[in-house]
Amino acid sequence: MYLFTDGNVLSLATFFPLAGAAVIVLLMIARAMLGLGKGLVDQASRWIALVTSGLSMAAAIAAWSLYDPKLGGVQLVAKAVWIRDFNVEYFVGADGISISMILLSGLISFIATIASMPWWGSHQANEMAGMHDDGHEDPHHPKHFSVRMVPGYMAMLLLLQTGMMGTFASLDMFLFYVFWEVMLLPMYFLIGVWGGPRKEYAAIKFFLYTLAGSVLMLLAIIALYYTSQPALLADGTMSNLHTFNILEMAKQAQAGVFAAAAPILGFGFTKIVFIGLFIGFAIKIPMFPFHTWLPDAHVEAPTPISVILAGVLLKMGIYGILRFNYAILPDATAWAANAMAVFGVINIVYAAFVCLAQKDLKKLIAYSSVSHMGFSLLGMAAMTPQGISGAVLNLFTHGIISPMLFLIVGVIYDRAHHREIEKFGGLATVLPEYTAIMGLAFFASLGLPGLAGFVSEFMVFSGAFPVFTTYTIISATSVIITAAYYLWAIHRMFLGKLNQAYVGYPDLVWRERLTLYPLAAFCIVLGFYPQMILSMINGSLHELIRNIRPL
Amino acid sequence: MTHLLSLVDVNLASVAAFRPELTLTFGAMFLFILDLFWKGHPGRPARLATGALLVLGVAAWFLASQPGGSRLLFNGMIATDGFATFFKWLFLLAAALTVLIAAPGKDFPPQRIGEFYALLMAMVLGLFLMASATDLLMVYLSIELVSLCSYVLAGFKKNDRRAAEASLKYVIYGGVASGVMLFGMSYLFGLLGTTSLGELAGHIRHLQATGLPAAATKLTLVVAVVLVTAGVGYKIAAVPWHMWCPDVYEGAPTPFTAFLSVGPKAAGFAVALRLFYGALSGPSAVAPGFGEAVGSIPWPAIIGIMAAVTMTLGNLTALAQTNLKRLLAYSSIAHAGYMLMGLSAASDRGTQAIMIYLLIYVVMNLGAFLVVILVAEATGSESILDYRGLARRHPLAATAFAIFLFSLTGIPPFAGFVGKWYLFVAVLDRVPGPSGNWYAVLAIIGAINSAISLYYYVRVIRAMFIDLPYAEPRQAPATPLMYQVLLSASAVAVLVFGLWWTPMVDWTAASLHIFKG
Repeated sequence: MYLFTDGNVLSLATFFPLAGAAVIVLLMIARAMLGLGKGLVDQASRWIALVTSGLSMAAAIAAWSLYDPKLGGVQLVAKAVWIRDFNVEYFVGADGISISMILLSGLISFIATIASMPWWGSHQANEMAGMHDDGHEDPHHPKHFSVRMVPGYMAMLLLLQTGMMGTFASLDMFLFYVFWEVMLLPMYFLIGVWGGPRKEYAAIKFFLYTLAGSVLMLLAIIALYYTSQPALLADGTMSNLHTFNILEMAKQAQAGVFAAAAPILGFGFTKIVFIGLFIGFAIKIPMFPFHTWLPDAHVEAPTPISVILAGVLLKMGIYGILRFNYAILPDATAWAANAMAVFGVINIVYAAFVCLAQKDLKKLIAYSSVSHMGFSLLGMAAMTPQGISGAVLNLFTHGIISPMLFLIVGVIYDRAHHREIEKFGGLATVLPEYTAIMGLAFFASLGLPGLAGFVSEFMVFSGAFPVFTTYTIISATSVIITAAYYLWAIHRMFLGKLNQAYVGYPDLVWRERLTLYPLAAFCIVLGFYPQMILSMINGSLHELIRNIRPL
Repeated sequence: MTHLLSLVDVNLASVAAFRPELTLTFGAMFLFILDLFWKGHPGRPARLATGALLVLGVAAWFLASQPGGSRLLFNGMIATDGFATFFKWLFLLAAALTVLIAAPGKDFPPQRIGEFYALLMAMVLGLFLMASATDLLMVYLSIELVSLCSYVLAGFKKNDRRAAEASLKYVIYGGVASGVMLFGMSYLFGLLGTTSLGELAGHIRHLQATGLPAAATKLTLVVAVVLVTAGVGYKIAAVPWHMWCPDVYEGAPTPFTAFLSVGPKAAGFAVALRLFYGALSGPSAVAPGFGEAVGSIPWPAIIGIMAAVTMTLGNLTALAQTNLKRLLAYSSIAHAGYMLMGLSAASDRGTQAIMIYLLIYVVMNLGAFLVVILVAEATGSESILDYRGLARRHPLAATAFAIFLFSLTGIPPFAGFVGKWYLFVAVLDRVPGPSGNWYAVLAIIGAINSAISLYYYVRVIRAMFIDLPYAEPRQAPATPLMYQVLLSASAVAVLVFGLWWTPMVDWTAASLHIFKG
């Protein structure tokens, strides 16, 4: 246990998966040169992925326990100068904004890794899913993603995990951008190679949307860099003219450095930089009208990738806005708060209505994610302590609930090979355990008191009400719509007369239990004891909004 | 008489600093002689390649042993300075890689490969002179030397219709472009009475201080500068002088295409930087604005508009390409556009950005063409359809190609991102200055273009990794070890420089000195 210290815990959490990916790549080279057996390499790369991802989760949990909320501020720091010419540093650390995301990222990564294994299933369930690797391709019975090109899949999954952890941990803008982009490549391949029928379209759409956002972000980052003032580097020397240090930039923002900068294209400097960054992050959230990549990506992605996408990647949008826009551009944030709230309301209500119309269960859940991310936008736009804490708590609870939902979709898809709600019926009689866990997840997602989703939703509404009364009332109607589409889906899929096609379907197997039960436990615990997260995040978040000029 | 003698003295003294170029000159002849031996011997390509590498090696040794500092040679015709030396190293690197790529390939039959190497040496000589030319006359002559070698090599496959078309198009466009440039130079000489780059700015100021109607003078100067730009724009394949590029790239033997896409482009940028940033921004280098430079010639604006149009047109046309060589041709046009952004910034930062970008571009583009050669040798085609399933047939080539293509897109952690980063930084650096809004617009256009380019690069990646093979793959010939080594080395270099590029920055920063007289 002495492996993890304040100084190394975040770096280890970030780079364990990368090390695993490197070993898998070496294994692939060794396979090509020495002619190792396919089965051996596949099995070895699965174990490597499981171990390094598990170590990364252990490091994330260690970071959580090492972080002291009473002290507050930025802890667990590690710094070194990387590129002196540009004052780029390797600078990782955690504060209240990021610590919960680091925990979430470690947790969801490991669960997604477990869900990528063809192990711990029953013979019948594996047979139905196509997990038996008989060595040849049959277009009529496609093999499960977990047995196709395994080493490549595992290497990409691990690379993705490094990117996610690094994005949440980095406190240097350049480093942040590198990790942010590093996530794109594995995500493209994971959707494009191991995805469903329209995988090519979904993968390139995801890639193009995100890259379009991030090039704007890149320009905004350069503009911020050129306006910043020097700060101390890791080795104690002064940086050369400017800095990428996010914390120092936030301090300079308080001193009015960015507010005083010359306007660009006739707009105020902070406003145009805000817009550049905001579009980049809004695409990731995804915020209406940039949300259309999400349903496609989700529907085509293999289950564990949907889990990661919904559980972690979507959170980066909100996280980025808090980390950059709120901290570095407080005046522009106050200027944009109303617009953010409006977009939040559109996300909440519009996506909820779209959910009602969905025939595909996975698409329904994808749109429900869009709706739920709107809560975070509304809550953070309100700039009240409750609102912003609710917004970040919502990231965490949604990060627990939506992976559950996608795993649940994966369970039925592995058996039935379709996801059309209308074609199911009466599943409760053949799959009781599955129905129970599905009920828990659906009710948690629609905000049943006592489960995780309720607390964050309530906090957002009560935090936003004094500031955006009308918007909050409009958003609150979505609670009814959400209940409607979930209950209707339950009604159509699990209740009523059993469709004879599904007689004899196997219930949950151990792999699915391993991924679903821990998340279910989190759902219940957070429903009664949200303080577990709130006590860690409140301090930093409340300080963040104190610095933003009140409306 | 004494006057004449001193001229001779200057020339004789200059020879000492001219040894790399002399090596290349004699090396070309040496290779022509070497070409006469070993007819029909199986080891012929390897031996000739060794000879060519030897010539390049000796040139490199002379280049390395040259004293630092900068001075003019041959009565101000060329200069040796850090700037030229940087580009010379770049050309040597590109030429050495091309020699290695060409040796085991099928593009050059063993009985004719000696010609290619000899002409390549002559071309490198021309590139050396382009990078160091400090006189309009020398600029013209060196561009012509490079062009003449290129015309011959583009039509190397004499019996191939595409090659004949490529060569002819190249000659016609090249002839027109250099004629236009020469015409522009004659205007400049007529107005200013000098051909020395170092004296241009001073003479322009003098001309404006003394009498002549300002508006007419300015107009003539602008026209002259635009005409001179044609010659340079043609070498770097900037719009509207880019039309030759896809046809020539397609028709020329692929190893030469690879060299063509990096060597003359880099040399074109060297000339452009010397001409515009070196001469036309004035010796004291007060940073000119977007619409203003010395003598109120708005060359940063001209170049900036050229940059925006070049990258947009290159990227949009590349979207529709199905032949990999044409796709890479349009991509190289787009990359010229990105680099022109750095020239438009008219600053040391912009110059350094171009140099860094070129350095990275040489490695990633040559690497990309190497994969094209590999696939063409296995399938006999350059169509994107034949890249389907490459990841299974040849994982190393597919992975390396993916790395090069992502790097060309400019995604971290690959080196192409670093290059693009420096270019954007150079442009945004000018935003707070005079007419900064134009630079902001240029940067936004560049950013949007990066996103567009992703689409066609990823199309290739998709074909390699996702799509099922188009046809039952034939038994691919074994990849020469040389190719495997070159591919892995370039891919690793692209990755390493994407994560740690301090050496590149240090080297280019030390090579920034442009001799300004």
